[in-house]
Amino acid sequence: MNEQVNVIDLNAYFGHIHVLKGINIAIEQKQVTAIIGPSGCGKSTFIRCINRLHEVVPSARLSGEVFLDGKNIYAPDVDPIEIRHRVGMVFQRPNPFPVLSIYDNVAAGLKLNGVRKRGQLDGIVEESLKMAALWDEVKDKLGASGVSLSGGQQQRLCIARALAVKPEIILFDEPCSALDPISTGKIEELIFRLKQDYTIIIVTHNMQQAARVSDRAAFFLLGELIEFDRTEMMFEAPADKRTEDYITGRFG
Amino acid sequence: MRWNNLISVAAKEKIAFGALFFITLFILAPVVVVLWIIFKNGISAINWEFLTAMPKEGMRAGGIFPAIVGTLYLVVGATVCSLPLGILAAIYLSEYAKENALTRLINLAIVNLSGVPSVVYGLFGFSLFVVFLKFGASIVAGSLTLAIMNLPVIITSTRESLKAVPDYFREVGLSLGASRWQTVRHAVLPFALPGILTGTILSIARAAGETAPILFTVAAFYIPHLPHSVFDQAMALPYHLYIIATQIPNIPNSYRYGTALVLILMVLLMNLVAIIIRSKFRRKYKW
Repeated sequence: MNEQVNVIDLNAYFGHIHVLKGINIAIEQKQVTAIIGPSGCGKSTFIRCINRLHEVVPSARLSGEVFLDGKNIYAPDVDPIEIRHRVGMVFQRPNPFPVLSIYDNVAAGLKLNGVRKRGQLDGIVEESLKMAALWDEVKDKLGASGVSLSGGQQQRLCIARALAVKPEIILFDEPCSALDPISTGKIEELIFRLKQDYTIIIVTHNMQQAARVSDRAAFFLLGELIEFDRTEMMFEAPADKRTEDYITGRFG
Repeated sequence: MRWNNLISVAAKEKIAFGALFFITLFILAPVVVVLWIIFKNGISAINWEFLTAMPKEGMRAGGIFPAIVGTLYLVVGATVCSLPLGILAAIYLSEYAKENALTRLINLAIVNLSGVPSVVYGLFGFSLFVVFLKFGASIVAGSLTLAIMNLPVIITSTRESLKAVPDYFREVGLSLGASRWQTVRHAVLPFALPGILTGTILSIARAAGETAPILFTVAAFYIPHLPHSVFDQAMALPYHLYIIATQIPNIPNSYRYGTALVLILMVLLMNLVAIIIRSKFRRKYKW
């Protein structure tokens, strides 16, 4: 398998708080990697280091290297904007831009990057909405406000918005934690389909979800990577006692 | 048995709410009384001539048209100068500036500026704009003085409303590969606008009503014509009111109250317009 993201000795901090401690992990191309662990263990911080969003928070610092296709994204000559084009993100709460229409929400990333040709935009918007399995539900009301959709539809709209920029990797930060089970199922199906074309890293609190959607899983605890393995291995025969305790619900 | 056991919880709550209600009424009362007195004594003076004519007979008759126009000029001038400056400064401070000694110093300066008495702004404007920059007593000097007085209010309210926009709005913009400015411009600023407008309303109303800052920088006792350029002196309502209330004997009382009424109505009207704009924006940019 092809390693697309290679993290070497990554340490992340908020002020004096050491949130990620010496993380080493290799994430494979076109696979779904789940990041699991109790609240506050550094899961979200970890994926935010991969699209250089961690550094946006004042007082945040980090050390170590993150290689994307062999190139360190923290090298001084790398533009974070370019990295964020290649690494898309879907957030915890569905967050379409409230004033924008469905169409403009999907086109937002492209417009911000100077794509203005209507024909080109139309094509990408349709393609992205189809990939996000939302096209059939919204094709007759592309001009309606993005927030007029249901929570689950909004989250798929956010996925379409991320897809429109044509990333190689998509980070999901607990994408279903604000959704009902049916919407959650749709998003999971979608993730399963998207992995044909994209490398996916998903943070989740939900063990069943991790088991259902991911090929590999990484268990974080108190800022450390405890265990990283094929998902079925991790769930059937965890190597570490702490992983077992967490998965079986003894804490967290 | 103790006293507080004699009354039920529900009764106690009723008494407490009642007390709070009357205290709130008490706050309302002075406003109503002031408005009523001014209205009752001033309404008889208000007519078309009063609003559109020049003062006559040593300001004992005629209208207050030049003072109305002067105040409008000053308010517009002050807003035009202070709004872009204040909003841009606030954007820099809240979206770009790092937390360090310099920004702490700037914050301290802003807090202190908002506590400076208006007469000090007047003297400052006089020495800087009128004397040093040689604008003379003029609409420019008065507007700039009022603008400086408004800056802390606009900066503070703009920063607060930017802070109120959730961080994830910024993160979405950045995560889509937008630059910081693109993110602020398209994903943050529109949502902060209602709050920014509120701050602006407050500062406009204050600029319209202040006397001390315009006293040395623009206000004229009496000019028989409207200002021809921004480098002319102008009459202004608050100063005109001060003059006819204290400096000129034998003016019908209704003229004094009428002038006050016009000033108050102008401020209320500006507030009203701004509130309408704000609620329009608020409805549009809800999240």
